Amino acid sequence: MSEFQEKSPVLTREQLTADVVRLTLHCPRIAAAAKPGQFVMVRAGETLDPLLRRPFSIHKVTAEGGLAVLFKVIGKGTRLLATAAPGSSLDVIGPLGRGFYPDKTGPHCLIGGGMGIAPLYFLAHQLLAAGSSHANPPVLLGAQTQAELMLLAQEFTELGYPVLTATDDGSLGHQGFVTDLLDALLTEVRQVYVCGPLPMMRTVAAKCRGAGVACQVSLETHMACGLGACLGCTFPASSGGYRHVCKDGPVFSAEEVAWSR
Amino acid sequence: MEPVTSATPTPDLRVRIGGLTLRNPVCTASGTFGYGREFASLVDLNRLGAIIVKGISLLPRPGNPPPRIFETACGMLNAIGLENVGVERFISEKLPWLRQVTTPVIVNILGDSIDDYARLAGRLATVEGISALEVNISCPNVKKGGVAFGTVPEMAAAVTTAVRQATALPVIVKLSPNVTDITVIARAVADAGADGLSLINTLLGMAIDVRTRRPRLANVVGGLSGPAIKPVALRMVWQVAKVVSIPVIGIGGITTSEDALEFLVAGATAIQVGTANFYQPTATEEIVDGLTAYLQERELTSIGQVIGSLQVD
Repeated sequence: MSEFQEKSPVLTREQLTADVVRLTLHCPRIAAAAKPGQFVMVRAGETLDPLLRRPFSIHKVTAEGGLAVLFKVIGKGTRLLATAAPGSSLDVIGPLGRGFYPDKTGPHCLIGGGMGIAPLYFLAHQLLAAGSSHANPPVLLGAQTQAELMLLAQEFTELGYPVLTATDDGSLGHQGFVTDLLDALLTEVRQVYVCGPLPMMRTVAAKCRGAGVACQVSLETHMACGLGACLGCTFPASSGGYRHVCKDGPVFSAEEVAWSR
Repeated sequence: MEPVTSATPTPDLRVRIGGLTLRNPVCTASGTFGYGREFASLVDLNRLGAIIVKGISLLPRPGNPPPRIFETACGMLNAIGLENVGVERFISEKLPWLRQVTTPVIVNILGDSIDDYARLAGRLATVEGISALEVNISCPNVKKGGVAFGTVPEMAAAVTTAVRQATALPVIVKLSPNVTDITVIARAVADAGADGLSLINTLLGMAIDVRTRRPRLANVVGGLSGPAIKPVALRMVWQVAKVVSIPVIGIGGITTSEDALEFLVAGATAIQVGTANFYQPTATEEIVDGLTAYLQERELTSIGQVIGSLQVD
């Protein structure tokens, strides 16, 4: 596995909501090597504050070397990155980590919550390109409000996936948790791929375990390097001890995670 | 037409630590560069002065529960808890790959007792592919109620003596800044036979989430590193370099060649790049280039002309 560091011009900057931004960067070597579920480390600005790169899952890649990241402004780093204008450049390292294992043996279900939707688009795209011929149940997407979900839901629909949505305020689709939508589908699928807030992934993992369905989760933590050097991005493993999100993951079998620790 | 040649010859960046010659003074700090291989696709490892690998203990350590890191202004806190694969797996799994790199490998060692340090040094003494040991004395001494070895001059000296007696390799002792007077520890360690001193390790710090009123690190406190600590590190390197006759290796927030030069001017023979490896993996190579350019611009032939050249009125 090889990673690259590229000075990456910002191709487009899309403001999806007041605080959700999608940047498409031109980093052809990273984009060409990227697999769904992998991530990039992006330097926010060139000064020493914020100091550390920010990890982002790879949302989309294009044949022309474009790579999109999708994020919500939550702190100093994302606030700065949200202002990156087309024509400026960002320093990007990637692709990093181990992505999703694409299981093509049966129907699958993708479940994304909030910014966790980002890597699932890349995965959905690849699963279709790989000729996954099974009739797949809907992609389940959850967010706080309609505004956050509209464009993303539409893009999954354009790929050819049916989409079911859930919002906290009921402004789009089911009012409540996106995980509520999973129960009716569990009998139809072999494999669930999920990315989102930890409580949501914990719920999905439990439902899948109960139904005997395989589940892959994409975890998120604070990270300093993304390269396996700082050992800062740990979570407790079901087999005891710790695993590192950056190198061992970020995608894991739900069974590898000690959800209760 | 005459071929265009460089007006100034390539300056000599070589430095010596004990019996070890480094091709340049730019090393990687333990715990920030893994076992080297993690950076192989981003950094030309053969251009570095030395690779100092993640601290090794006799037995593997799982490390602390998460969260282990938190970013602060121009710095970061960490409480990794000395997670490592243990000396035997280091020798069997990590070291073989490193032998293909031409850069000297310095192994950082840590223990809970003086005996641990002695056994580690003895185990590594005859292993091929190791150029020196760096002794982390910031760890707690379990037999002395958990007081860090590096905070008591007698304990720091005892660890140094034990390692010195167990190996013929150069012994570098890495000092903790969490002491009242670092020169006292430095002198004790130098008198006990160390070949070099590296400083500083991280400064003890903490951060709190005021919404939850919980500490940002599961361990509550952690080590502060990064550019935020550079002035403190520089001051300590300057103080220590004045009072010992062995080489001092400067560590603390070094990101650029100008940062590195500050430490060299203050009296450091070499420097280590730590946290910068996380946010700028090519920092080490850029510093090597920057040092070369600095010397060429001033028509200096050797890095030795810079080391300890601080002008104080």
